[in-house]
Amino acid sequence: MTIQLLLVQALNGLQLGVLLFLVAAGLTLVFGVMDFINLAHGVQYMLGAYLGASLAALTGSFWWALLLALPAALAIGLLLEWLVFRHLYDRDHLSQVLATFGVILFLNQAVKAVWGTAPLQMPVPDLLSGGISLMPGLQYPVYRLAILVAGLAIALLLWLLVERTRAGALVRAGASNRPMLAALGIDTGRLFMLVFGFGAMLAGFAGVMAAPILSVEPGMGDTVLILAFVVIVIGGIGSVRGAFLAALLVGLIETLGRSLMPDLMRIFLAPAPARQAGAALASMLVYVAMAAILAFRPRGLFPARGG
Amino acid sequence: MARLRGAALPLLVLALLAAAPFLGFGAGHALTLLARGMILGIAALGLWLLVGGAGLVSLGHAAMLGIGAYAVVVLDAAGISEAAVVLPAAMGAAALFALLTGAIAIGTSGVHFIMITLAFAQMAFFTTGSLSAYGGDDGYTLYGRTTVLGARWPEDRLAFHYLCLGLLAAVLALCQVLLASRFGRVLRAAKENAERVQAVGFNPYPYRLVAYTIAGGIAGLAGLLLANATEFVAPSFLAWQRSGDLLFMVILGGLGAPHGAILGALAIVLLEEWLAGFTEHWRLIFGPLLVLAVLFLRGGLAGLPGQLRGLLRRG
Repeated sequence: MTIQLLLVQALNGLQLGVLLFLVAAGLTLVFGVMDFINLAHGVQYMLGAYLGASLAALTGSFWWALLLALPAALAIGLLLEWLVFRHLYDRDHLSQVLATFGVILFLNQAVKAVWGTAPLQMPVPDLLSGGISLMPGLQYPVYRLAILVAGLAIALLLWLLVERTRAGALVRAGASNRPMLAALGIDTGRLFMLVFGFGAMLAGFAGVMAAPILSVEPGMGDTVLILAFVVIVIGGIGSVRGAFLAALLVGLIETLGRSLMPDLMRIFLAPAPARQAGAALASMLVYVAMAAILAFRPRGLFPARGG
Repeated sequence: MARLRGAALPLLVLALLAAAPFLGFGAGHALTLLARGMILGIAALGLWLLVGGAGLVSLGHAAMLGIGAYAVVVLDAAGISEAAVVLPAAMGAAALFALLTGAIAIGTSGVHFIMITLAFAQMAFFTTGSLSAYGGDDGYTLYGRTTVLGARWPEDRLAFHYLCLGLLAAVLALCQVLLASRFGRVLRAAKENAERVQAVGFNPYPYRLVAYTIAGGIAGLAGLLLANATEFVAPSFLAWQRSGDLLFMVILGGLGAPHGAILGALAIVLLEEWLAGFTEHWRLIFGPLLVLAVLFLRGGLAGLPGQLRGLLRRG
């Protein structure tokens, strides 16, 4: 393992981290502010990827696809909120889990019915194709760097929005004490819709950005959903800052673990079992980290809810 | 009267299952389907004890089921298929896993409990995927089914049907006895208000841990049966989607009474099969049905009779 390879893996890890953050941000806000468990958040990410890939094929341009996919993701998010989720806010978590799982089943299958089961490809835009030399012997794809930069920019924007605007203050107030916010005369219904639509759009954005480097296929949202849940639980529910740090942590653990674990295992084991044990351990690492963090800090690293 | 009414529905379901082979469900395929429903019903009953009884929502219950199934695999590879060995091994292994992970998980609550049980289940899932001696990710086909004192009668489909039914009834009875006992009352009280239970001098932790371990043992039994029903075990037995399926069976069935878990398991298994007969895109119907069930069936399937009575009285 050379230093260059380690750096590439670290960058890949951070890039997975920012994608996870984009999905987890919406999830943690919806959960924190509305106390609503939305399992269907992962399919928003998948829909973003599908919309991006098919719009890119239709318009022939990555940028048009990105520009058109965002309002489409927003519209789908708001439609789902209006049709299903709004009726579930005052129900218990179990009902929310079951109903949003029904939405996942429907949308996963709808995607199969519309686009087929074969994975779609989305080309990398010309402007961001090719590689860039970060240091001697270290070539890194420009597009992956662009994801990293875009993700960090959005994280900053989100931080400004949550910490520095009136809407952000309401969101934070909602995450820490919702009944009090309603008692102060804030229209929580409108706030919920705003947060919900925004979260759906962020997940859709993550999907479009991920489409050129991942294969776009049904069920791609499920894996991300579970990792995003891990992220928000580690970070502390309702906390955007916690979600950001936990997302980078999870991205790094997941990526570095996969490349380092098999080598690490070779110190103790023969090559073939080392590869197998290493792969299994690497997949487990994120969950081991979560279990360890929850065992010592049962409310996550940065819990948002007071008391 | 209310007590009789409460017992009528579960007895009716068990009686229908007993009569099913003679009511047109006697063909091989139908029996396989019913066995699957009953086995998942057993696992769901264990989970009901946690969710409905103790208020512990676990998203890792498939791990216990899978560990029971893998106990069958390990013994099968060693040439042992005698139920007198396999049964305690499967239930013991699953209960032990539940005890060890539960000891850590029960310290958390709410959504954190959901996630930490998921984490432990994922660890078990990836471990089974790396067991190359037992097929790794591809799974393991059993050499032979479990024998009972050397006899091979459980291989007969009809005999297996009644074996599953008998165990289902036994587990249902166990859940009801547990729930009515002092132990069950502490569990239910802690579900409603843990602080008050502590104030009157009970620590909920050991009660919850014991319930978690019992549910694990029940899931191990279901895993043993499932391995026998399919004669094949794979890491997918432990996948989080299956834990989700079990949880949905419990929620759809209703948290009001344990037999809800059986209703939920049978409803989901049969509905999937029935809808799949119409179209390959059956989930397009199944998904919205789940949403509608949540929105309009507030007490789950087990609460349906009460809801209907309420409607009739008003109408």
